[in-house]
Amino acid sequence: MSDPIKLSLAEARDALKAKKISAVELTQAYVDEVEAGAGLNAYVLPTAEHALNMAKASDAKLARGEGGALEGLPLGVKDLFCTEGVRTTACSHILVGFVPPYESHVTSNLWRDGAVMLGKLNNDEFAMGSSNETSYYGSVINPWRRAGDTTPLVPGGSSGGSSAAVAARMCLAATATDTGGSIRQPAAFTGTVGIKPTYGRCSRWGIVAFASSLDQAGPITRDVRDAAIMLGSMAGYDPQDATSVDRPVPDYELALGQSLKGLSVGIPKEYRVDGMSSEIDALWDKGIEWLKAAGAVIKEVSLPHTKYALPTYYIVAPAECSSNLARYDGVRYGLRVEGSDITDMYEKTRAEGFGDEVRRRVLMGTYVLSAGYYDAYYLKAQKVRSLIAHDFIKAFADVDVLLTPTAPSAAFGIGENSDDPLAMYLNDVFTVTVNLAGLPGISVPAGLSSQGLPLGLQLIGRTFDEETLFKAAYAIEEAAGVQPAPAAWWKA
Amino acid sequence: MSVDQNTVRHIARLARIAVRDDELEALANELNGILSWVEQLGEVDTDGVEPMTGAVEMVMKWREDKVTTGNLQKEVTANAPGGDDGFFVVPKVVE
Repeated sequence: MSDPIKLSLAEARDALKAKKISAVELTQAYVDEVEAGAGLNAYVLPTAEHALNMAKASDAKLARGEGGALEGLPLGVKDLFCTEGVRTTACSHILVGFVPPYESHVTSNLWRDGAVMLGKLNNDEFAMGSSNETSYYGSVINPWRRAGDTTPLVPGGSSGGSSAAVAARMCLAATATDTGGSIRQPAAFTGTVGIKPTYGRCSRWGIVAFASSLDQAGPITRDVRDAAIMLGSMAGYDPQDATSVDRPVPDYELALGQSLKGLSVGIPKEYRVDGMSSEIDALWDKGIEWLKAAGAVIKEVSLPHTKYALPTYYIVAPAECSSNLARYDGVRYGLRVEGSDITDMYEKTRAEGFGDEVRRRVLMGTYVLSAGYYDAYYLKAQKVRSLIAHDFIKAFADVDVLLTPTAPSAAFGIGENSDDPLAMYLNDVFTVTVNLAGLPGISVPAGLSSQGLPLGLQLIGRTFDEETLFKAAYAIEEAAGVQPAPAAWWKA
Repeated sequence: MSVDQNTVRHIARLARIAVRDDELEALANELNGILSWVEQLGEVDTDGVEPMTGAVEMVMKWREDKVTTGNLQKEVTANAPGGDDGFFVVPKVVE
């Protein structure tokens, strides 16, 4: 095969089954790409030898006419997923050298289905960030650049290693996680597809916890079909996660290409926020026209509490993070800085181990949960969260799916937004509501900006109605036409 | 409500994160910036609204009261810094 890395996940799967290529050949091609793209800093730990051994085992299975749904397909894994015997740090200094003795449920599903692991992918420290600039291992560089400009851009975050690696063809697909937009915003910034499924669809067991009532795993892929295949493998009930939902995983691929005739699409009027670029506005209108042309019925809907979603998130998420991150004490795993007594040891370890953004959120969360402030901040935010979720229930009584932009802008430059935490938080203005309400959301590439950067549209669905998202996202993908891949300047 | 440097010192203590005195002012400013932004939730009438404590409404599943795992001392302590012979080690706590 002339250039195997051009194949999508679905195409590579079919080529392997037809014996047009072997898993070892395919994996070797990706191992070479990972090496050639080292300058993008998408991988924090490539595992080439491990990958080739897995590929050999896949070839043996394929030769016997056996093999799972992902047999022999090389993937990248966000460093938030615990991988047995392979260093996992959540890209934090505090987890330095941590080698999990167990495998996350999501990744064990992938290996059960025959997938090959190329390595661990960079992310914002503990998934806290929207640009991948808070990683202990440094920023990831977006494979996309503005036309005629070599300024390095962010790949979005927190799953910036996943989005960059998929966009740069350094893996067929990647796992990611999304607490406030961390799958969908990086997908939009890199011209890839990212789906955050309904809360409970994927098990959180073995994923380093950030905010447990918001965290969900999902894939980042090159196209909608690949996302459907990946989610089909990643999802499923797991008794080890008490919030995992016990219901069958549908064959999501079957939803692709289904007619949109009569599908009712809501356009939330509150998402036309002040200061949104005219380009994003125009992209949204284009998406509306595409769905209309495909037979959908468009309706304006109202989600009146939208403007309160980000402030609610920045109480709930830090509160849960301050509690989850209490486990990093220098005793059981990771970094330890000795002190004069046990408290001094804790304090020095956590001061040295956490980066600025993580420290900010732990302090914020500690404050809103502390005596005297709990009701004013945390309880209040939980009540507003109820109202936000209720807005969606009302809207979904009237429509089947919602269409919005994924992010308020295209990818920005490294360092451009890092001085102002609030400006950075605004990146999640269209995605965070979905996590608060526990709903599924998908970002699909919808064209390029005037500067030649990818832009994404987001579809939001009812709980456990990922199939409608795949169906509508596939229609947008078809209407948008073949999207270009970024020029491979990093190999020069 | 706004936080002063003493409050930052207090919450850093609660969070068990050592903070240097010369960092207190900048941290107080950052936290106040975020807090004054989240204050806008005060505009929302939440009288009689139940707090949302989980993302998806579900009934907790029951399981059989049975031991399904255990005897993992080696695995559990394998990553402990300063760990010794299958134990976690901490600075002396009891005089």
